Amino acid sequence: MYTFSNRLKIASIVLMIVGALGIIGGFVMAPGTIAEAKEMVASHDSGHGDAHGAEAEHATQENDHAVADTHGEEHDSSHDQHLLDQLKNRPWAALYVAAFFFMMISLGVLAFYAIQRAAQAGWSPLLFRVMEGITSYLVPGGIIVFVILLLSVLHMNHLFIWMDESVVAHDALLQGKSGYLNPTFFLIRAAIFLAGWIGYREYSRKLSLAQDESDDDSNFKLNFRISAGFLVFYLISESIMSWDWIMSVEPHWFSTLFGWYIFASMFVSGITVIAMVTIYLKSKGYLEDVNDSHIHDLAKFMFGISIFWTYLWFSQFMLIWYSNIPEEVTYYITRIADYRMPFFGMVAMNFLFPVLLLMNSDYKRVNWFVILTGIVILAGHYMDIFNAIMPSTVGKNWYIGIPEIGSVLFFAGLFIFWVFRALATAPLQPKRNPFIEESRHFHY
Amino acid sequence: MASKVIHAFYDDDDILMLAVKKVKAAKHHIDEVYCPFPVHGLDKAMGLAPTRLAITAFLYGCVGLSVAVLMMNYIMIEDWPQDIGGKPSFSYLENMPAFVPIMFELTVFFAAHLMVITFYLRSRLWPFKEAENPDVRTTDDHFLMEIEIHDNEQELRDLLIETGAVEINISEKNSH
Repeated sequence: MYTFSNRLKIASIVLMIVGALGIIGGFVMAPGTIAEAKEMVASHDSGHGDAHGAEAEHATQENDHAVADTHGEEHDSSHDQHLLDQLKNRPWAALYVAAFFFMMISLGVLAFYAIQRAAQAGWSPLLFRVMEGITSYLVPGGIIVFVILLLSVLHMNHLFIWMDESVVAHDALLQGKSGYLNPTFFLIRAAIFLAGWIGYREYSRKLSLAQDESDDDSNFKLNFRISAGFLVFYLISESIMSWDWIMSVEPHWFSTLFGWYIFASMFVSGITVIAMVTIYLKSKGYLEDVNDSHIHDLAKFMFGISIFWTYLWFSQFMLIWYSNIPEEVTYYITRIADYRMPFFGMVAMNFLFPVLLLMNSDYKRVNWFVILTGIVILAGHYMDIFNAIMPSTVGKNWYIGIPEIGSVLFFAGLFIFWVFRALATAPLQPKRNPFIEESRHFHY
Repeated sequence: MASKVIHAFYDDDDILMLAVKKVKAAKHHIDEVYCPFPVHGLDKAMGLAPTRLAITAFLYGCVGLSVAVLMMNYIMIEDWPQDIGGKPSFSYLENMPAFVPIMFELTVFFAAHLMVITFYLRSRLWPFKEAENPDVRTTDDHFLMEIEIHDNEQELRDLLIETGAVEINISEKNSH
């Protein structure tokens, strides 16, 4: 039985407090009026000289703001209003990116767990309690994301431009999409998805614990069946979730493989966290039966899914880059123009790093190597979500500063606190899983 | 140089694995084991050196990637520049995304084919080669362990019978 050590508990609480201060600081520092916003930008890069360089981006954003006439004065004032909106969005977007990122980790682990259950995998039952611990964060994490979405619907922020009725009124494309993309249906979908994910998680965990105490395999078999069913629900709901919660921040743009792309991101982040938590627990003397081969297998997944992510990232990029259709290509033009560093840096972190570090078979068993690669992968996939949300919400006024770092620290603290608290509530090794012997002797 | 070898036959891979471990524990050198299918962990039990095929695969992949880059640069940029999709930039770097699938495919192509060819050469396999396995039953349902004899025939025979060998033969062998 694992006990949540005081040191880790204090560390996670400190992370939460520091992070919360950063989040509050981000909201306090956000400008309240247009004059303040202009002053901030002027002091930031004196002269606002590259305004014309980002003309392409403004051209697209203008459509969103539906300024039909390009009359000089009105253009200027709408430009200033736009700037103010972007700067006001920044702490919200920072909060949303971090909240989504940590929720996505536990959702990715939930998918991985359901696959192990549905496949009746023999190698992984020793890691089931670790996975169940990580998926426990889905409850607070999912609810926090839902609250942020709810606040967006209540016009507390401008993350989702299509929620603004005055924008939709001047935009034929958004009017055409309003049957699907309207606040009520949006929230109903979000509630259904979260209820399904959390419902499966709690039920499967209950069956998993009940299996330890029972004297037949009925709980195990039922868990197998609901896991197979859940995977069907998950694939559909995850895909729609990615359109709703991420793709719709840029409501004119669409990509047909976006669901897979976000799935790859959450899957590799989730597996990475499983490996990291397992290595941490092993280093503290728990999980004695987990051997090098288990770590090796997790590292193989980290390696493989990183390449899978790159494949999807590139498939999405190349087709849009090659066809060069204006309504599609704006997505990448804004990112390459204003987000060059995070955009290409992310590919290096998510592809080159794991490929080169984890290619050698022996390195997949070296724990500190797996941890090191894992940290780079997690940072890379945070940047992935950052690149998906920020260009559409704060435009070129992005920066990795107090709001962004504060949000990451806060959710990292909450994640560690919640996950390790859940790990301490049940024995780390399942007793009566039918495959536990196979898992114990798993040897690559 | 001809030498005398002892051939021990087994009819089960688990028994073979245990036999290999026992023979190694008795400090005998196993020349070769012939199997109808790959036996998991046999290489480690026999104490064979780990394969270096993975390193050659990486190097071949690098060769394939370089060939792809040089080839596409010559074909599409230098020799006959083409305007495809309104991208006549005359720059390899600016057209690079279009070449990534080719770079990927040739990396895989070179790594896979050259690795197989290397494996065949290293294992002395080529078309129409006479089979090296001393007994045809090793292609069907028998496993054969080959040990060189150094005036210890009786000792080896006793040991191998004890490990569960179903048949033991002595034969002359010409080493290559």
